[in-house]
Amino acid sequence: MPDLLIELFSEEIPARMQARAASDLKKLVTDGMVEAGLTYADAAAFATPRRLVLAVEGVLAQSPDTREERKGPKVGAPERAIEGFLRGAGLTMDQLEERDTPKGAVYFATIEKAGRPAAEIIAEVLDKTIRNFPWPKSMRWGAGSLRWVRPLHSILCILSDEAGAQIVPLDVDGIVSGDTTRGHRFMAPNAFAVTGFEDYSAKLKKAHVILDPAERADHIWVEAHNMGFAQGLEVVEDKGLLAEVAGLVEWPVVLMGDIAEDFIDLPPEVLQTSMKEHQKFFSVRNPKTGRIEKFVTVANRETADNGATILAGNQKVLAARLADAKFFWENDLRTVKSVGLAGMGKALENVTFHRELGSQAERIARIEKLAGEVAPLVGAKPDLAQDAARVAKADLSSEMVYEFPELQGVMGRYYALAADLPEAVANACEAHYSPLGPSDDVPTEPVSVAVAFADKLDTLTGFWAIDEKPTGSKDPYALRRAALGVIRIILTNDLRLRLDRFIDSQLLKHEIAQNADGAEAAELAALENTLDEIADHGVFGAAFRAVLDKLGQDVPEDGLLARIEAKMPDVSVDLLGFFHDRLKVHLREEGIRHDVIDACLHMPMNDDLTLLVKRAEALSVFLKTDDGENLLQGYKRANNILSQAEAKDGVEYSYGADVKFAEDDSEKALFAALDDAQAAIAPAMEGEDFAAAMTAMAGLRAPIDAFFEAVQINTDNQIVRRNRLNLLARIRDICHGVADLTRIEG
Amino acid sequence: MATTDTLPTSFQEIILRLQSYWAGQGCAMLQPYDMEVGAGTFHPATTLRALGSKAWAAAYVQPSRRPTDGRYGENPNRLQHYYQYQVLIKPSPPDLQALYLGSLEAIGIDMDLHDIRFVEDDWESPTLGAWGLGWEVWCDGMEVSQFTYFQQVGGHDCTPVSGELTYGLERLAMYVLGVDHVMDMPFNAPDAPIPLSYGDVFKQTEEEYARWNFDVANTDVLLRHFEEAEAECALILAQDHVDPKTGKRIVMAHPAYDQCIKASHIFNLLDARGVISVTERQAYIGRVRTLAKACADAFVLTDAGGNAA
Repeated sequence: MPDLLIELFSEEIPARMQARAASDLKKLVTDGMVEAGLTYADAAAFATPRRLVLAVEGVLAQSPDTREERKGPKVGAPERAIEGFLRGAGLTMDQLEERDTPKGAVYFATIEKAGRPAAEIIAEVLDKTIRNFPWPKSMRWGAGSLRWVRPLHSILCILSDEAGAQIVPLDVDGIVSGDTTRGHRFMAPNAFAVTGFEDYSAKLKKAHVILDPAERADHIWVEAHNMGFAQGLEVVEDKGLLAEVAGLVEWPVVLMGDIAEDFIDLPPEVLQTSMKEHQKFFSVRNPKTGRIEKFVTVANRETADNGATILAGNQKVLAARLADAKFFWENDLRTVKSVGLAGMGKALENVTFHRELGSQAERIARIEKLAGEVAPLVGAKPDLAQDAARVAKADLSSEMVYEFPELQGVMGRYYALAADLPEAVANACEAHYSPLGPSDDVPTEPVSVAVAFADKLDTLTGFWAIDEKPTGSKDPYALRRAALGVIRIILTNDLRLRLDRFIDSQLLKHEIAQNADGAEAAELAALENTLDEIADHGVFGAAFRAVLDKLGQDVPEDGLLARIEAKMPDVSVDLLGFFHDRLKVHLREEGIRHDVIDACLHMPMNDDLTLLVKRAEALSVFLKTDDGENLLQGYKRANNILSQAEAKDGVEYSYGADVKFAEDDSEKALFAALDDAQAAIAPAMEGEDFAAAMTAMAGLRAPIDAFFEAVQINTDNQIVRRNRLNLLARIRDICHGVADLTRIEG
Repeated sequence: MATTDTLPTSFQEIILRLQSYWAGQGCAMLQPYDMEVGAGTFHPATTLRALGSKAWAAAYVQPSRRPTDGRYGENPNRLQHYYQYQVLIKPSPPDLQALYLGSLEAIGIDMDLHDIRFVEDDWESPTLGAWGLGWEVWCDGMEVSQFTYFQQVGGHDCTPVSGELTYGLERLAMYVLGVDHVMDMPFNAPDAPIPLSYGDVFKQTEEEYARWNFDVANTDVLLRHFEEAEAECALILAQDHVDPKTGKRIVMAHPAYDQCIKASHIFNLLDARGVISVTERQAYIGRVRTLAKACADAFVLTDAGGNAA
């Protein structure tokens, strides 16, 4: 069976698009072949800056013959129906066959298609693939109308077997397929013919092109690593950069150069970022000092002077870049030394954070206040947390962060240290952005925790207050990430706090800020008082009522206070629900079932996420045991009977089961077991020892089973019946004290 | 590959070599446009001639002004006034990359010793309503040129597509001549009777313009000029296509486009004076783009724009 080789040779393909393009080429061509009946054994795709390549092994020489039978309209059906059927089948009237069926005579068509040679199918598929290729961005060139990522110069397309290679004839807008390609642009520019994939990749290597991007990346990494190792240095790993650099060269030549002494004292992050962003250099670190002392660049060719000219040029460009970075660094240090870090951040007064949410400075003031409020709950000193929040974003107005936005926080830490601020404050400048992703480290130093929590919660409440919530795939302010950040900060640090209180007070602060213009002094005073009250009353509603009671007046019907009173609870509940949704996703990834989480979400204090998760984890473990599973069944049986009886009788059985009406031994035993369980569960719950509470619940399983075995609940004796239903209610109450088991599936 | 025997010794020699190279490739050697522009692309020989179906090949030096880049002549390579070398060929020839590499050899860059790379860089000019795909060309890690296949200008699809090459002359020359500070670069031959450095020619003007651009330019006057240019552009384009005096069909695309250039430069000056806020910025860019589009609309109605009528 023949093998297929395709090479699409073009001007330089952007590095970031190459891998995807290779896999698209493979998928589109092989799918197209298979759809036309042309199966194959194996396929592999490759990309270099100038070529996309697909090698397919073991292709059928031609597609198999096919025969398809189609049932058509009834004999005597309207002419239009018959014509349509003929058109669809590609046949004429005399080729149809009449067959009797239970529903009368019907036309049948037999469509026979002879197999087609592989070359014909491949030419069609490749033509279509080229014309419809899903480049993220494509272009036209010259006077043509064909689109490709950059001008397409040649198409190599051959089928080869023992007998030799055969060109698959193809003409795409004047580009005629052939069996030739070219080597490296500078080192081996001449055309040469190939007979198959092995021949092709071997000849390419001779012509200074390594076809496989993985091989180029390996080569670069191994060379760089060895060069560093020889000098006792280590190359800083960067997989993204490695893939990008491997996409910029066909013949990687690794060169290591020096960073001039002038720049070696710049923070390593600055050196790394500047070299990576501008020059696509790898950083080389001295493991003893942690300093970046050299760089690795990857050229696309060998030269007679072993890269000396290339390296000298790169070094010179780097020196100019680093001179810029050093200029920024020194200016920033000067600023910090003369006006302090807070002084540097003063310019943020003029920077808009969001049209409706005010300036960065206003935002920072809110975060500062909140950080102070939450500090005692995270073990931080409030004034230190506020100091940290005040300067944590000051580096946004530094020259360095203006040039390299990705250094935000990192520079803040350096500048805080330069300004002789406490280490905890400096660390918070960097750590308060964390965690950024689901696997990013969570801050654990108390001051950092307070600022990180405050930053994220202020962002979330702000966007909720102005109703800019994430929808579907749109989350332009990364609010899902912020919510997950809050959740992970709470859980990782085992924080015990009621989210509701913070959500409400922060939402209210946003409302006050947004309505300050045009509001009456008395209205604002009432809202400010409500803020104070929230600390005591926990949530907005109760606090607001307390304030109104003190004022002894009603809320004017359509004033600001009425509007806020109407709006706040819904927004607050919605945001807590958003946290719960993110928590569900987070816990599901940790292996906790969604119904288990649901059962815990429907318990009181569900805004204490640490408590919520403790409960869910215990329940999850418990339900995986036999005792747990059986208790669940017992509970469900009790609950079903009870719910039906309650629905029928129109009352709630919740009180007063008395052991003196117990008739059966099993019934008496259940009374005793419930007493025991309750005695054990109450202190366990008090101590939030959910595992102990559930173990105590598990002890109920046998008495419940025995009870159902021996006793008929719905007896004629109404007193006994009522007593038994109330007994079931005790089972329900005990179980519900731990989690809402009605939510558990199965 | 062949290398040029001698290396250039001055800034002007590099310009002259580029001129003679592209003249040898058949380009019309045009002169700089006589207005203040931010980049060589603004020259009507590029912006307008990239439109329509007529073939075109031109090259020229274009003095360019970017008021915000002024550093009083102190920064080694930032200037508020600098030179670009611009080549535009329509339709883009299939060997444009090779032609371009030939031009580097012509100015003394030996392909056997240097590492030339084409690194993705998509070009977009929000003020011109234009975009294209191409690369920045790196020589040993330094960007020496922009290489763009124009896809759209003034909101019009480019058919055929023009290939545009832009060389930042100072930076390229500093690299070739091995100079670290632009002001130290020989402008004419170092062994000329009166050798002049780039600084001899431009140091003082960089200072003068930096001061004017940043601190002195009268913003009220500039704002008025901006609006006048905008109004004049509209007025020109609103005229009847047939000139009542000569009876000829004369669509005044170029005079209108001059007003667009003017507005664009005034906007750059206002930007340097720091009187344009972030939100206003977008609005000003949009206003210049509207002018550019109207001029492009007019140009394609003209003879040079490929309209035979």
